[in-house]
Amino acid sequence: IGTIPPPLSAPYLTQIFIDNEWHDSVSGKVFPVYDPATGEQICEVQEADKADVDKAVQAARRAFALGSPWRRMDASERGRLLAKLADLVERDSVYLATMESLDCGKPFLTTLFVDLQGTIKTLRYFAGYADKIHGTTIPMDGEYLTFTRHEPIGVCGQIIPWNFPLMMAAWKLGPALAAGNAVVLKPAEQTPLTCLYLGALVREAGFPPGVVNILPGFGPTAGSAIASHMGIDKVAFTGSTEVGKLIQEAAGRSNLKRVTLELGGKNPNIIFADADMDLAVEQAHQGVFFNAGQCCTAGSRIFVEEPIYEEFVRRSVERAKRRVLGSPSDPTTEQGPQISQEQQARVLELIQSGISEGATLECGGKAHGLKGFYVEPTVFSNVTDDMRIAKEEIFGPVQQIMKFKTLEEVIERANDTDYGLAAAVFTNDINKAMAISTAVQAGTVWINCYNALSTQCPFGGYKMSGNGRELGECGLKEYSEVKTITMRLLAKNS
Amino acid sequence: MFLRNIRPVYRLAKCPYSAASIPKPNPEPVVQFNKLFINNQWQDAQSGKTFPTINPSTGEVICHVAEADKTDVDRAVKAARAAFRLGSPWRRMDASDRGLLLTRLADAIERDAGYLAELETLDNGKPYAISYCVDIPNVVKCLRYYAGWADKWEGKTIPIDGDYFCYTRHEPIGVCGQIIPWNFPLLMQAWKLGPALATGNTIVMKVAEQTPLTALYVANLIKEVGFPEGVVNILPGMGPSAGAAIAAHMDVDKLAFTGSTEVGHLIQQASGSSNLKKVTLELGGKSPNIILSDANMEEAVEQAHFALFFNQGQCCCAGSRTYVQADIYDEFVERSVERTKNRVTGDPFDLKTEHGPQIDDEQFKKILNYIDIGKKEGAKMLCGGKAASDKGYFIQPTVFGDVHDQMTIAREEIFGPVMQIMKFKTLEEVLERANDTKYGLAAAVFTKDIDKAHYLSSGLRAGTVWINCYDVFGAQAPFGGFKASGNGRELGEYGLDNYTEVKTVTIKVPQKNS
Repeated sequence: IGTIPPPLSAPYLTQIFIDNEWHDSVSGKVFPVYDPATGEQICEVQEADKADVDKAVQAARRAFALGSPWRRMDASERGRLLAKLADLVERDSVYLATMESLDCGKPFLTTLFVDLQGTIKTLRYFAGYADKIHGTTIPMDGEYLTFTRHEPIGVCGQIIPWNFPLMMAAWKLGPALAAGNAVVLKPAEQTPLTCLYLGALVREAGFPPGVVNILPGFGPTAGSAIASHMGIDKVAFTGSTEVGKLIQEAAGRSNLKRVTLELGGKNPNIIFADADMDLAVEQAHQGVFFNAGQCCTAGSRIFVEEPIYEEFVRRSVERAKRRVLGSPSDPTTEQGPQISQEQQARVLELIQSGISEGATLECGGKAHGLKGFYVEPTVFSNVTDDMRIAKEEIFGPVQQIMKFKTLEEVIERANDTDYGLAAAVFTNDINKAMAISTAVQAGTVWINCYNALSTQCPFGGYKMSGNGRELGECGLKEYSEVKTITMRLLAKNS
Repeated sequence: MFLRNIRPVYRLAKCPYSAASIPKPNPEPVVQFNKLFINNQWQDAQSGKTFPTINPSTGEVICHVAEADKTDVDRAVKAARAAFRLGSPWRRMDASDRGLLLTRLADAIERDAGYLAELETLDNGKPYAISYCVDIPNVVKCLRYYAGWADKWEGKTIPIDGDYFCYTRHEPIGVCGQIIPWNFPLLMQAWKLGPALATGNTIVMKVAEQTPLTALYVANLIKEVGFPEGVVNILPGMGPSAGAAIAAHMDVDKLAFTGSTEVGHLIQQASGSSNLKKVTLELGGKSPNIILSDANMEEAVEQAHFALFFNQGQCCCAGSRTYVQADIYDEFVERSVERTKNRVTGDPFDLKTEHGPQIDDEQFKKILNYIDIGKKEGAKMLCGGKAASDKGYFIQPTVFGDVHDQMTIAREEIFGPVMQIMKFKTLEEVLERANDTKYGLAAAVFTKDIDKAHYLSSGLRAGTVWINCYDVFGAQAPFGGFKASGNGRELGEYGLDNYTEVKTVTIKVPQKNS
């Protein structure tokens, strides 16, 4: 990378994408999209509401009808379309990274090398699976030939968050389309731009109209319409646990649509005295501060074994003080702004609670700068498990460091939460590693690493961090409906 | 005429082209690569020997190609072994990147499809329209299919008894010898490269001496798209020298062979007398095609014709015993003969041609000899029977009626454009007769009746059974033989098994919990 590209100028794609065409909202309403590094408005985007969701669902239903081009298509050809989409994202990756960085406030280089690569690889991975979704033939009792078909579920609603907009779109579209579904996707109102551009690429790749529909809008209106829609067969939601509960209730009240949820976390990162100290400090730092702390997997409860506690805190503070806050387009920036004024305020409020509840504020603690929604990298030591900063998901650049004595104690404390998304352990001892990774109630456990995610690996939560798994072969299962077909035979033979 | 006959082609690959949109071929494509490909480099044979490769349409020499022998095999195996060592670029590569390399190879082949189809037709004699519409697209699809598997071939974690954590790793076997035939040179190469490379092996491939040219061009594409050196090594050469050297090599971990059952026996023995290398075999067939009286007559006739005559009869799975139920036998025979008489024989570069030459003089003589035997043993020759031209190795499409199961032409694999039609009465009878063969590669049933279809498909001892179709292949669907037609399956997820060593790892843990 020689130079960072110049800021984007209009026109952005700002309309609703239905049936491979661009539509204004039925109501005529629009909403503003902001650059969180400056607080300034980027543009206005059409605001989808229930009427637009109805239109999209109709288009998706048509695309999914028996005998449609999408239903008649070879599975390998579905895979080809996804591979084509991945190639197009790759072709436009600098443009997309620029747009994503502007809309989210993420450092540009990270966006290009992490978000865009993750997006491309996920689409390619699921492209490869499309014609490998196997049913089975089954040795049933009786004179029968029995087999299963793994059919697409139908019309899938997908609601995605603002922390990794493009990559979350890929995590949703990849398996849904590989398995043959039609999709109604609502990006977050804070970050619709890259997803709308993806609509243009979906059309360019050659997906039939109505297979992918993209509706920018708000949760309580468009999102809620999707969750309650009688014509949507499944909803996949990534976002806060609070809204996850609403989605589940809406599904139950409406048509019992299948629900998968990827929600919040308060993830324990357990550092033993025999760990590689340099590695542990750096991984724990990145584990909580990456993406300005706006990760569902943020390692926001760091349990450090007593003998190394003081040293670990000292080094972590020193590392946090070195963390470079700056403009997302500056290649030396490590941390950009929080996504919005609300999020910034929420983080600052939780920081205040830490101070007032008696944790030691080691560094940071305040908003940064006059423009945008920046928060200083903040470290708390002497945190006890009952403090709000130890229990509630902060979703900001705030690191909590706690002390522990024994293995049994730390397992119990690590599991003492309603969440269960991820966990990590740093140790050289194979037995401790195995014991922790078996015992923690978390969908992903990292050993001597953090945030090591890849499209081949199933990802999801225990308990209130969600249900279902995304990515890997597991991710496909959530988008298939299994049909068992049993046919009478004159005489069965093995 | 040709457009009517494009339909059977359509069944082998979704051919989106009408005759009008197939590019006009250059009948004299320039040969660019004719040496050994070892360590991403082009090399002469150590001995300096070369052999001619012949254009079967004319009998003339196209060019000379370096001839690999035992010493060259040794060099190739060393290169493949080095590429496979722990810590090598190939061993350290992300599985998804192996997949990406295979995708790029597929893209490059698609880019050069026109040229490759010309070269394939020049070297093999198959009609250009088929090379372009069937062989190349299926090569591309096969490589893309296996590209997708590379990072999805998962081991398991296993709830073993005791305080242990147990899992399996799906490791590559190592250096794989691959010996491929001349009937579908590019496609057979793709069937071998795809699963072997997706799973992370390295390869020493011997291509058929009749048809080395397209495989060598692909070798250059392998280098172009970025496979590390030594991962794929390609040796043109003869069976009894280069092929035997691979089969007997003490440092080749596995051998995959596609060819005749006769040579398959030799390969298996060589494995036993050398290092017990794992062996998979795709061999010959004498596949039964069973037409019941309720079948759609027009479709059955066309499909049975296609089943035998496709690729000049040079298919391991050719439907070379056509069993027709008694009450439709006369009409079926009459229609089949008429269809066969209309089969267009000619220059394979002419887009109207359906039927090209046989691969070489040896096959040409062998097939004419079988036709003689058929006549001598009392089968009724209804059309064809002679050479179709005095240049090249063209044989007239030939049909025998009133064939009995004990005749030589009903038992031995002819591998040529000679169709045998037999009569049967009952389902039980035809099932027994269909299974009365040492082979077991493929079979087909034509009927509308759901119960009869399932009765026969369960009972036929064949690796692939087609119902109301023939020669339907997909990269997704496993293919291979019962009995002397081979062992192991190629294609599909099953195809990965042949290229995998399963390693079980069991770790003691202080306390197991479920």
